[in-house]
Amino acid sequence: MGGLLPLIEHGIKKPVWDCRMCGQCVLHSTGMTCPMTCPKTLRNGPCGGVREDGHCEVVPEMRCIWVKAHDRSQHMPFLPRSWREEFDHLRPPVNNALQGQSSWLNLMNGRDRVTPPGWAAAEEHA
Amino acid sequence: MSPTQPNAFEVLCQTRTRPVVTAEFPSFDGGTLDDIRAAAEKLAPWVDAINVTDNPAAHAHASNTAMAIALTQLGFNPILQVVCRDKNRLAIQSDIVGVSMFGVQNICALTGDDVTAGDEPEARRVYDLDGPQLIKVASIMGTGMYLSGRKMKSVPHLFVGAVENPTAPPLEYRAERALKKVEAGARFLQLQIHYRPEQLEAFIAACVANGVAERAAILPTVCLTKAARALSFMNDSVPGISVPAATIERVTTSADPKEESYQLVRELAEHALSLPGVAGLHITDFRHDDSVRRLTEDLAIGPRFEEQHAHSA
Repeated sequence: MGGLLPLIEHGIKKPVWDCRMCGQCVLHSTGMTCPMTCPKTLRNGPCGGVREDGHCEVVPEMRCIWVKAHDRSQHMPFLPRSWREEFDHLRPPVNNALQGQSSWLNLMNGRDRVTPPGWAAAEEHA
Repeated sequence: MSPTQPNAFEVLCQTRTRPVVTAEFPSFDGGTLDDIRAAAEKLAPWVDAINVTDNPAAHAHASNTAMAIALTQLGFNPILQVVCRDKNRLAIQSDIVGVSMFGVQNICALTGDDVTAGDEPEARRVYDLDGPQLIKVASIMGTGMYLSGRKMKSVPHLFVGAVENPTAPPLEYRAERALKKVEAGARFLQLQIHYRPEQLEAFIAACVANGVAERAAILPTVCLTKAARALSFMNDSVPGISVPAATIERVTTSADPKEESYQLVRELAEHALSLPGVAGLHITDFRHDDSVRRLTEDLAIGPRFEEQHAHSA
């Protein structure tokens, strides 16, 4: 199952969202736009380099992933309100150990929500 | 500078008894400590802190950490810029704890221009952390632990800030993004260079409305240039900066483009400082003359004007 599930997940999510299999999917909170397709793999919003026309600093012919994500998180129909609100959440640093794993599995067993102890301590403190 | 007491820049950002003034230190590609001292002495009398950049525009230069340590040891007050482009979370944390041992306290977290903006576009880009995550990591370090939770030997005194671009799309989201940075721990925000007063105005108003302006000292940035060519270059080549054609035209058609360039910046600075919610000004200087002094004197801001403000307050 451990070997098959990532294949199935990738088979579905690659064609639709250009999924990079980070293993800790946040698509629901980013207007169903994969932040790992940002050339800088930014998970917390657009960098300061977005061009005047809304295109990417790195790939001028591509619309900025985060301009798209922001637009969709506000206007995409059928997106639950709680998902729209999550857009502004501070997403923790990527756990690179989960790369290539099934995010579905990691969602079920909670591994995608485990943050480094320093991060977790700061969250409790806040 | 005492490593455990707040430095003058931090105090001013919090008390706001007068406008805060910061400026960008030139990049170095060699030279000696005397060269660093000479450059710092040109800026220091007019500003409250000096930003040392971290491979700006993705060009390699003398490291941010070396420059920050040098400035501190020479008696100046640096702001260490840290970008996410070149180093992973381990290297960034070791840089921060390392400079803190020399008394460097001010950290400014940036995402960083992409490698494609520089002269080595074939380099590997890192971005192991993004800007808001880096703010949080630096803030965690200010409590005496690493991201892993491992305790440090002593608690470094850190004053963490960030950058936001008020004129890059999505414009209506930028103040919310600033709020995200404040919630991650940013206590000052040095804005990207701007040439669009109306966009700055909307951004600052939104930052007043959502509380950012109160929780962080917002410092809009102006850029001292000599000629229209510099404006065209920024418009065409610097990520996230757009200069209106009319602004470039104004300098091009002027009888004295150098003076007109100065007047343009002075107007942008005056406008920025007039906005409620703005705590001061950040200055970048590509004129390399005495314009930083002239600008701060014309505007009557900076350490030399402490007393006037104290009397008028």
